[in-house]
Amino acid sequence: MYAVELENISKTFSGGVQANRNITLRIKKGEVHGLLGENGAGKSTLMNVLYGLLQSDDGRIIVNGSEVRFNSPHDAIAQKIGMVHQHFKLIPTLTVAENVVLGMEPKSSKPTKSGLGTIVLLSAFSIILMGLFLPVEQALLGALILLLSVVILYHIFRMTNPSERLGLNRLGRLGFVLEQIGSIIATLSQNLMPIGYGDAIEKIKHIAEENGLDIDPMAKVEDISVGLQQRVEIIKTLYREADILILDEPTSVLTPQEVDELFVTLERFREAGKTIILITHKLREPMALCDRISVLRDGELVGTVEKAGTSPEELAQMMVGRLVVFRVEKTPAAPSDVVLDVKNLEVLDNRNLLTVKGISIQVRSGEILGIAGVQGNGQTELVEAIVGLRKLKSGSVRIAGDDITGASPRKVRAVGVSHIPEDRQKRGLVLGFTVEENLALGQQYLAPYAKGPLTLFLDLESIQNISQETIDNHSIKVLSSKSLASTLSGGNQQKVIVARELGTKPRLLIAAQPTRGLDVGATEFIHKELISMRDAGVAILLVSAELDEIQTLSDRIAVIFDGKIMAIRNPAETTPNELGLLMAGHESNLEEVSA
Amino acid sequence: MQEADISILLIGILLKTTLQMATPLILTALGGMYSEKSGVVNIGLEGMMLMGAFAAVWATFLTGNPWIGLVAAALAGGLLASTHAIVSVKFKGNQIVSGTGIILFALGFTTLMLDAVWGVAGDTPEVTPLPKVQLPFLADIPIIGIVFSQLSPIIYLMFVLSILSWFVMYKTPFGLRLRAAGEDPSTLDTAGVNVEWVRFIGVVLSGCLAGLGGAYLSIGFTTRFRKGMTGGRGFVSLAALIFGNWAPLGVFLAGLLFGFLNGLPNIIQVLAQYNSDLAFLMNYIDLIAMIPFILVVIALAGIRKSRPPKGIGVPYEKEAAG
Repeated sequence: MYAVELENISKTFSGGVQANRNITLRIKKGEVHGLLGENGAGKSTLMNVLYGLLQSDDGRIIVNGSEVRFNSPHDAIAQKIGMVHQHFKLIPTLTVAENVVLGMEPKSSKPTKSGLGTIVLLSAFSIILMGLFLPVEQALLGALILLLSVVILYHIFRMTNPSERLGLNRLGRLGFVLEQIGSIIATLSQNLMPIGYGDAIEKIKHIAEENGLDIDPMAKVEDISVGLQQRVEIIKTLYREADILILDEPTSVLTPQEVDELFVTLERFREAGKTIILITHKLREPMALCDRISVLRDGELVGTVEKAGTSPEELAQMMVGRLVVFRVEKTPAAPSDVVLDVKNLEVLDNRNLLTVKGISIQVRSGEILGIAGVQGNGQTELVEAIVGLRKLKSGSVRIAGDDITGASPRKVRAVGVSHIPEDRQKRGLVLGFTVEENLALGQQYLAPYAKGPLTLFLDLESIQNISQETIDNHSIKVLSSKSLASTLSGGNQQKVIVARELGTKPRLLIAAQPTRGLDVGATEFIHKELISMRDAGVAILLVSAELDEIQTLSDRIAVIFDGKIMAIRNPAETTPNELGLLMAGHESNLEEVSA
Repeated sequence: MQEADISILLIGILLKTTLQMATPLILTALGGMYSEKSGVVNIGLEGMMLMGAFAAVWATFLTGNPWIGLVAAALAGGLLASTHAIVSVKFKGNQIVSGTGIILFALGFTTLMLDAVWGVAGDTPEVTPLPKVQLPFLADIPIIGIVFSQLSPIIYLMFVLSILSWFVMYKTPFGLRLRAAGEDPSTLDTAGVNVEWVRFIGVVLSGCLAGLGGAYLSIGFTTRFRKGMTGGRGFVSLAALIFGNWAPLGVFLAGLLFGFLNGLPNIIQVLAQYNSDLAFLMNYIDLIAMIPFILVVIALAGIRKSRPPKGIGVPYEKEAAG
């Protein structure tokens, strides 16, 4: 028995990108089904089609044996399908309860104070107006009509379906008209009757208790941790009584411990008979949890395998289409002089909260210092403060002895700092510029990119030549150096940035999330580049949310939590478990916290 | 004794003028709130107000009943707003351009209709305004008696609508959905709610309320329609909306403040009549009339903590690759 059957699904986006090509996928009732593939393989698109967010160009969807057509998530929710998106669909300024009930607000079972107050106010206003402007008998009539409508509204308020209750469908054509009027009134009243938060909170607490998902329904979403936010998302689907649960990259924002907790929860759902579809690009997860695994590549289904009959190596090969070497070849580091010396750095974030709380780190020439941590613990602000994009509150930053505390980004670049920003599309590239313009950015005022008196003019010819050379050397896939940066794939966009930043022959390279969202091939390329820069004597500060990446590349690992460095570890002597605990803020008394 | 009576009278007149000046601003700003909370920028409020002012007079002229004029104002404002909604929600056009178009259209349309209906270029003939409300039980209370004497019913309507807006915005499903549509439409979409509908209704409601605000100018406060009679009040309402942080209570208070500033020249005129020492102020009355708008600019520049809805001004596109 299949819970979901997707038959011959194809989807092409308006830009011409074909995300799904004739995919047929059958998911058994009560199984945990892994959907594995690289970024851009079409996993999310396929599941968004199943959730009704996107409409496929072609193909059929069959849920529990009957064919369905989803025009919006509304229809999918009605079929008991729930989805937890990779980027949470929560509104930060609202409470947990408000977020959960959004779209399925319960009516309050008894009149609320604010509702009663509003009705009393409206009635009083109408009666006074009528009393002032109408003759007595008309005013009385008006008051009567008003009273009647309040009574009717009160009854509608307690009914689920007014036309059913009133038996209108027996009255023929007149009944139809009345029914339509009734449904309009019902819609209005459903939308304008006060929300019964009391009942909702009861239900949320009940769901939370039953599934071991402890949560405070009254907390604001912006105040709770990412792990808890994910919990809210799961509760949201349970509140809608979903039997088929889609989770899109659920572990990408969690600490290892939170991942374990999530897996326990999912295990419990499996026992309760729910069907779970787990989208991921990590190999460890489906192997740990799934019964069957389907692999997508370039919008096509490569195949579906039983977990028992496969291995991570086979899955990786299916994902990438060739053999993959997991280890990065690396010789021991030979660190020498201190290049980056940060002392007691304190930085405020956009909301003026202290986000970096006194960080001191040193990076030596020829080593990679990896900063591990869950996103949002001050990494972004730390990097921005070093490269001059953000004012710092106190502390000092030195590059090989030069004090660059509070210097402008141009000055910082001039002393030999390169920066691969974490948001490549916002900070790394100007998407509306051509590739060669992007490659020249940052050095556009220097020869050989500029010429003439005071290097006032761009040397377009030389820019084109240098760019062409760079494109060839880094095998960036692009039609011409004059293509717009926005037309490149994510991997090639990142290659453009890496090529530009390494081309300046830096003393210090700051790489923030350098491989986020990239496929295995591009990731491999960038890892190799980083290692070879290190071997050439560059100091590298690597910030990444991927623990695997930190562990394979770093020579030392600094764990950041809540704006402080928790500890510095040698990758050979630590375990993911210990790092995970540190990332979650569990103090370790083993080592002095400075480096 | 005489002195005290006069000062009480003055305070009464001051408050009353404030209320009268604030009413169109608050109504229109409340309207703007429905639109902007749902994520659609509405700079066309000025045009919707003008349309409401005109429709109120026209309908009153045709039927002789100002109450029908009041309803017509709300409908006309809503109708004009629905074009803004269709352009910016359905066809995802630029909301600023569409809003500007609304203003220009309303200005041109009302001028044209002045000529077509009455054959005049500036002012319409007088129509019956809405009857003034005299609450019997308030007349004898000192200051309040003066403030609440002979007020247009639209002023009371404004109070009711302010409270009602608070209730709708924070206590009902519609309000929750409206706020969600303005913060993050994709979240509302995944929750199974039609974002376009919610935004559409929000924009139309904004037009209805702005129409009422306009109607107050033509058949509430005065008795006729004059070409371009809103005189930038739609934009001041927009400022009140921002100053009030997109919340009903804030909008109400900001509207009162701006209303007070707007009424300042009138108040000074009254003051100068009672106190000859202050008569010299009359020479500078135009300058004084300008001060409020400078204050508005300063206030808007100084207020940094106002937090607009996150998704404001961005049409919701469902189909995004990735």
